[in-house]
Parts: sequence; C-alpha cells; structure tokens
Amino acid sequence: MTKGSNAGVDRWRKFKNAFMIGLSVLSALVVIAPLFVIFGYTLSRGIGSVNLDFFIHMPKPVGETGGGMANAIVGSLMMVGIGGLIGLPIGIIAGVYLAEFGKNPFGAAVRFMSDVLSGIPSIVVGIVAYVIVVIPMKHFSGFAGSVALAILMIPTVTRTTEEMILLVPHSLREASLALGVPSWKTTIRVILPVATKGITTGVLLAIARAAGETAPLLFTALGNRFWSTSLNQPMASLTVFIYDYSKAPFTDWNNQAWAAAFVLICIVFLVNILFRLVTRSRYGIGNT
Amino acid sequence: MQTYLPRKTSEGSRQQTGGRDQLSEPPVVVFTQNGKGKARNVGDLVFKNLTLFFAAVVFSLVFLMAYEMYKGSNLSIAKFGWKFLWTSVWDPVRGDFGALPYVYGTIVSSLVALAIALPLSVGVAIFLAELSPDWLEKPVSFLVELLAAIPSIVYGIWGMFVLVPIVRSSIGPFLTKYLGFIPLFTGAPYGFSMLAAGIILAIMILPIITSISRDVMAAIPNAQREAALALGATKWETTKIVLSNAKSGIAGATLLGLGRALGETMAVTLVIGNISRISIHLLDPGYSMASVIANEFTEATSDLYLSSLIEVGLLLFGVTIILNAIARVIVWSVTKRFAS
Repeated sequence: MTKGSNAGVDRWRKFKNAFMIGLSVLSALVVIAPLFVIFGYTLSRGIGSVNLDFFIHMPKPVGETGGGMANAIVGSLMMVGIGGLIGLPIGIIAGVYLAEFGKNPFGAAVRFMSDVLSGIPSIVVGIVAYVIVVIPMKHFSGFAGSVALAILMIPTVTRTTEEMILLVPHSLREASLALGVPSWKTTIRVILPVATKGITTGVLLAIARAAGETAPLLFTALGNRFWSTSLNQPMASLTVFIYDYSKAPFTDWNNQAWAAAFVLICIVFLVNILFRLVTRSRYGIGNT
Repeated sequence: MQTYLPRKTSEGSRQQTGGRDQLSEPPVVVFTQNGKGKARNVGDLVFKNLTLFFAAVVFSLVFLMAYEMYKGSNLSIAKFGWKFLWTSVWDPVRGDFGALPYVYGTIVSSLVALAIALPLSVGVAIFLAELSPDWLEKPVSFLVELLAAIPSIVYGIWGMFVLVPIVRSSIGPFLTKYLGFIPLFTGAPYGFSMLAAGIILAIMILPIITSISRDVMAAIPNAQREAALALGATKWETTKIVLSNAKSGIAGATLLGLGRALGETMAVTLVIGNISRISIHLLDPGYSMASVIANEFTEATSDLYLSSLIEVGLLLFGVTIILNAIARVIVWSVTKRFAS
C-alpha cells in the first residue's frame, strides 16, 4: 500500500467521523426542539385565557363567551386525590416489600409485572375500570375514574419507592439493628423517614402523571358541565375538558382548552423539575 | 455516612437493575436473624407478610385486568372468533363487527412513528452516551425526559392545531410532489392523516427509546472503547463497535417504544382523522384501535357492540403485554451481561 492511498483512506475516515458526529448532534437538537416548540405554543395560546375567572367560574352555556373550569379543576383534584388514596399505599408498601425482602424470584416477578403494568395503554385501564366499577354501579362516576387513576399510579410508585429505599445508606440500618431494634421497626422508624423525601417526590411524579391522563376518564368519569363533587356522579376533569373544548367549533372554547393545557403542562414540568432537584442531591439522602 | 453511599457510575445502570448493581450491594448483614434463618420477632413476621400481601396485589393486577377484559369481551369472542381480526365491517345496527381497519391504522401509524423515531433516538443516545461531556449530558437527558412528561392530550391539541395544518400545507404537498411516484406518499389533502399520527407518535416515543438505548450503551464496558481507540479507531468507528454490542438492547428499546405507540389514544384520536378505511396512502385519514374505543365506548348501545369494543381493548392489552415482556427481558439480559 502506498503512502498516498493511506492518506486518502484516513481523510475519508476522518470525514465520516465528523459527518456521523454531526448527525448525532443534529439529532439531539431535532429531538429537543419539539419540547420548546410545544411549550412555547401552549404558552402563547394559553396564557391569555389563564385568569382568575378560569379558576373560579363555571363553564358558560354554549354560545356565551367567558366562564372558567372551576368544576373541572375540583373534579381533577378529587379524582386524583381519591385515586392516590387507593393506589399510593398499595404502591408504596409493595415497594417496601421489594426493597426489604425482594431478593427472591417472587420479588423479581413483582418487579417484572409492575414494569409490564406501566406499559399497558391507559385506555385499557379505563376499560378495566369500566368493567369493574361502572357496570356494577350501572352509571358513570367519579369513583370509577379514581379507580382507573389508582391503577395507573401503582407501577411508578412501586418502583420509585424501592429505588429510594435501596439508596438509604446501609450503615443506618446496621446501627439500628445493632442497638437491638427489630427489623420491622428499623424499616419504619429509621429507613423510611430517611427515604421519605425521595418517595414523596416519586409520589408527586405519579400524581402529576395521573392528573394528565385523559383516556381512562372518558368513559369512567365521563365529564360533567355542572358542579358536582359527588363521587357517585359523572365528574368533570381538566383533561376531558381540553379534549371536548379543543374539538369544539368555538374559538373561545379552543382558547380555554389551551389555557387548561398550559396549566397542566406547568404542573407537570414543575413536579418533574422538583423530582430532578431532589433526586440529584444523592436521591434525597444526605444533607438533610 | 456518605462513605457508605455507592458511587453512582451512571444513572442508567442503576435504573436498569432497580438499584441493585454490584456497587450498591450492601455489606453482609448478620444482624437480622438469629442464626436459624427464622424471623425472631412477631412484628417482623407481621410486617413481612403485610408488605408481601401488597406486593402480591401489584403482581396479580395484570392477571385481574386480563380476566376482567376477557369476561367483558366474551360475547364478541364467541360470536366472531378470529374473524374479528380480518373483517372490516363495523356495523352497530346489524351487529356485525370486524376490527381490521383499526388494527391496520394502529400498525401503520406506529410503524411510521418507529421509522421516524428510531434513527433520531439512536442518534441522541450516541450523543448522550458517547460524545457529550458530563455537563451537557445531564441537561439534555433531562429535557428528553421532560418530553415524555407532557400529557398526551397536550400533544393531541398541539397536533390538531399546529401539526395537522403543517402536514396539510407543507409536508403533504412536498411528499406528493417529490415522492408522489410511490403510492405510500400520496393521499387526501386534509392534513388529518396516518402520517400526522405517525409524526406525533414519533415525538412521544422518542424519549423512551432514547433513554433505554443510552442506558444500554452506557452499560457497555469501557474496555471495548479503549481497545478500539488504542488501535487507532476514530470516534465513529469506536461508536460502531459499541452499537454492535448494544444492538439487541436497542431492539428492546424499540419494542418498548412500539408498545407505547400502539396504545396511545388521545394524541392519535385528535389527528388521525377517525375514518374507518384501509388505505395504502399515508396521507389518507385512518382510525386506530385506541381511538375507536375512545370515540365509541360511551355510544355503545348494545351488549355486543360494547363487547366488541372491549375485545379491541383486549387485543391492545395482549399485544402491549407481550411486547413489553419481550422488551424487558431483552434489555435486562443485555445490561446484566455487561454488568457482570
């Protein structure tokens, strides 16, 4: 091989190297762009309609402009709250099991199932809630929506709780056990308090995710244009409102949908940033 | 107390193994038991069984869901059998149901999404795992994760008001003009189309494919890179070696992304056009399984109608479970192989 051809090959290799690196950097830019585009557009369309009326007024009848989404905000809060009351304890305690006793095939199976559960489409969870709650009750209800949201929260909370507990320094457990404290009391009184910060943010993350769900509410809670805080009745929610209002042929309604989308996206981003901040400082453990 | 904390190698390997990588393995504990392998304390026993019960609840949820859905779709399964999958009549009045157009729309829009998302995701994963300095990697990964946090209804409303007009006025005419000789890239000029659904789905599944691919690539031992670099390989040639090791993991990530795309409801419903027909043209409107459930579930007047819709959900459920299970096993075995 002559020197010349070698130099040619080298130049080609260097070019290819630069080209592929360029593509990789470009793809990073292309992927991040939608985040700013979507957030920016939601901000610009939604901010104009986010005002006090939006939070404290009821939807106006068709044809009138103005009004707000007070009932939807309350409905979302209630369903996410009740869903949390059902789903979070299950998730957290299962997570405690996985962290404390989960080093066996059953633990692996639970972990696997919880991961699989998190991959199930939310609309399917809605159908399940319909079959187990709406059909026996014979009507749509806020409670059915809560059940669907509860099921959706479980996998996230289970896995976060496990991870957060496993990150608690082992010396703490040893110190407690060496003092003669029983194992269960060590977990509850020593380990869990240290992991609380991490678990709390994990819980917030699951709640934020549930608050953004639409599909499982469509035919469980259904939606409601009127004020209703009864779990036994169809209940309004922010997300279903966005869905209905975005399809409506009235600009005013569209704008309100954007306002609701903006509120939702802000909540979700804030919780995610909070989660990031807490977990970055050694996953909630350390300088506390 | 900080000295006992495991040093984090990378966030990826930690998440993959649920925090159980070797570095965070605790030192041997001999205090919990009295040498006979039995819990010493009644409280321990109660506590363990209580937590075990809740873990069993989580374990059994998937089976419970499967059972309830099977029960709910009994009527339609008994009446149509496998015919449900490959007939395209959907006639609530006559009580005849076949889900083919929905299955078709779901598969096509998801494949479009994969075709767009996979190259981009791998590109970003390479950027994150191989190229970027630490100070840049963290914020970029975070931004990609934020993309996953946007609620799907927000993607939907954005898709309907922004993406669909773009497809109508720019992407569609462009494709028809330059690639129109391929039937795939032609179709109706509405904007609401399987292509629009594919694009919005691509944005939605980018984060999951990216983050798992990055984790798998980060799990590949540095010795591989060092060996390649020592032989005079360029950065890209080194990356190719990493990629060839990571490819099954990336395949797993792709399956997870596909599972997410198949079941996505709100965003797709708002942009796909919701017209039940089978068309080869990507610019034509279509329908998806999740969309038909979302649109028609509350209107299902007869038991058979409802049962058919539940069966569509059951199909979706079965497919996503299988995809998820395969993908998890692949990703898990790849990261485990390189962790040991």
